[in-house]
Amino acid sequence: MKALSLPLPAEPMPGQIRFGALRRSAMLLFGTPLNAVLTLLFGVLLVATVPPMLRWLVIDAVLFDPSPRACRVAAGACWSFIYAKSGQLLFGIYPLDERWRPAIVCLLILALLAWSVRPASWAPRLAALWMAALVLIFWLMAGGFGLAEVPTSSWGGLPVTLILTVVAIGVAFPVGILLALARRSTMPAIRIGAVVLIESVRGLPLLSILFVASIMMPLFLPEALLPDKFVRALVALTIFAAAYLAEVIRGGLQAIPNGQYEAAAALGLPFWRTQYLVILPQAIQVAIPALANTIIVMIKNTSLVLVVGLFDLISSGKAALADPDWPSPAAETFLFIGAIFFALSFSFARFADFLERRGPTAH
Amino acid sequence: MLSSALKRVPPMRDPSDPPAIEMAGMNKWYGNFHVLKNINLTVHRGEKLVICGPSGSGKSTMIRCINRLEEHQQGQIVVEGVELSNDLKQIDVIRSDIGMVFQHFNLFPHLTILENLTLAPIWVRRMRRGQAEQTAMHYLERVKIPDQAHTYPGQLSGGQQQRVAIARALCMSPKIILFDEPTSALDPEMVKEVLDTMVALAEDGMTMLCVTHEMGFARQVADRVVFMDQGEIVEMNTPSEFFSHPRHQRSKLFLAQILN
Repeated sequence: MKALSLPLPAEPMPGQIRFGALRRSAMLLFGTPLNAVLTLLFGVLLVATVPPMLRWLVIDAVLFDPSPRACRVAAGACWSFIYAKSGQLLFGIYPLDERWRPAIVCLLILALLAWSVRPASWAPRLAALWMAALVLIFWLMAGGFGLAEVPTSSWGGLPVTLILTVVAIGVAFPVGILLALARRSTMPAIRIGAVVLIESVRGLPLLSILFVASIMMPLFLPEALLPDKFVRALVALTIFAAAYLAEVIRGGLQAIPNGQYEAAAALGLPFWRTQYLVILPQAIQVAIPALANTIIVMIKNTSLVLVVGLFDLISSGKAALADPDWPSPAAETFLFIGAIFFALSFSFARFADFLERRGPTAH
Repeated sequence: MLSSALKRVPPMRDPSDPPAIEMAGMNKWYGNFHVLKNINLTVHRGEKLVICGPSGSGKSTMIRCINRLEEHQQGQIVVEGVELSNDLKQIDVIRSDIGMVFQHFNLFPHLTILENLTLAPIWVRRMRRGQAEQTAMHYLERVKIPDQAHTYPGQLSGGQQQRVAIARALCMSPKIILFDEPTSALDPEMVKEVLDTMVALAEDGMTMLCVTHEMGFARQVADRVVFMDQGEIVEMNTPSEFFSHPRHQRSKLFLAQILN
């Protein structure tokens, strides 16, 4: 263990700073035999991996040539495939002539998300704005009222991922709050109901819930009563997210000292106003890291709907890869899809970080 | 510490006026533990009561029964002519008329001082924001910290926080204020600023019930001192009588301990 401890860098003499910095890094890298060995090992590893990676990613890659032939002969990545197939990757099997509709939907959702993260726009009218936007989104996607109708089985790609993410989490969050409060209720019926719901959802894999929603429900329900497959998957995702969020929020609620409830009660604030004005803002603030964690997992969980035959980003990618004209550049496609998921998740992580910092220091 | 030469005028009392608080045959248990035993206490409007006694004597529990932070199991509590029952709506109305100041301040840490003060006036009294803020600033000036209106509770000293808590109670224009050991959690140098605020409040004629061990404060403002031990009211008298001629052995013992 002793060999692992880094030697303290020597104090640089005045006027020797640059040399000192050099010496310090030399000491860090080669100061002890173990450090020297590790440095050499990682050096060899970097030399062995970085140049081939760069060659594949950029130098030997087909960047712009739109013909599939170039990709067949090239030794590097086939980025032109991503460009040529971008429509299919982003919008799946949505009818070609109507692709402007999902494109608008994606832009609308991203613009609304960007608008919603500004503290200045946090007001009840933001919720109303989202409601109106969702109506517009479903009209654009599904059609009717003057637009060609497109069944949900033809939806695909980025809009599906975005709608599932935004709606499932947007609905699951308030439902999760209610479940968390219900689980702490003094009324036995409400508390037990919440416990049963949360524990059964947590006890099942998301995949099995999705299967129940999409494959087993049609066996029990007459067709007239059966909601659309997309809606069923959406409900399954929402319930799943709500159960997890409920437990995270309950953790936050438990951190609030009893004195806060007493102070609110002594002022004559009724139950719901106490929760809304005093308790929840503090509980959610405390729970932000865990909430962000759960929500990021949920963003990525939306891709599991592919198992029940909905075309999210990943299924659209697989469908695009099936084109026999192209040499099936799977790594490039999944890197592209991965980059989209990363952009969504990382943006959300930054937002959570901002919220965490913004809160006043607690008790 | 506090001048006992201050002149105390007994509150004007109209005999037809209902008392502010009336507790009759009130009992409370925690499970099998009998916390409050047959409490009978009438507090008139404008009266200032100091409640003292050893820890665990039930004094905090008793005043917490008055705004039903604790439920009693037997007997009657009538506040401003309304008997406390399980009716939640009615309890919220009564609570909005009773201010309470806690040992640990219990300010809302996620809100600014001004928001702490305007929260209940806006959401319980349905006051307009502008008017609520005006009232809040008025009381912040009275507790001498108007310059802290836009800071958060965590940035204030204990004494400042407790003065904000008093201002928060006052913003609801309560008929009664309950103080539950308001200076016990304070550093010694901050006790005076809070007591001075309470003395000023007493001089304005507020009905006050104060659980405290500050005997100087009791001498200065109390109309009556209530001494409790083991869940009972053992003795109740004017401060001068209580301090100079305690009648019960338990009171004598308590005074001997606390004054030395």
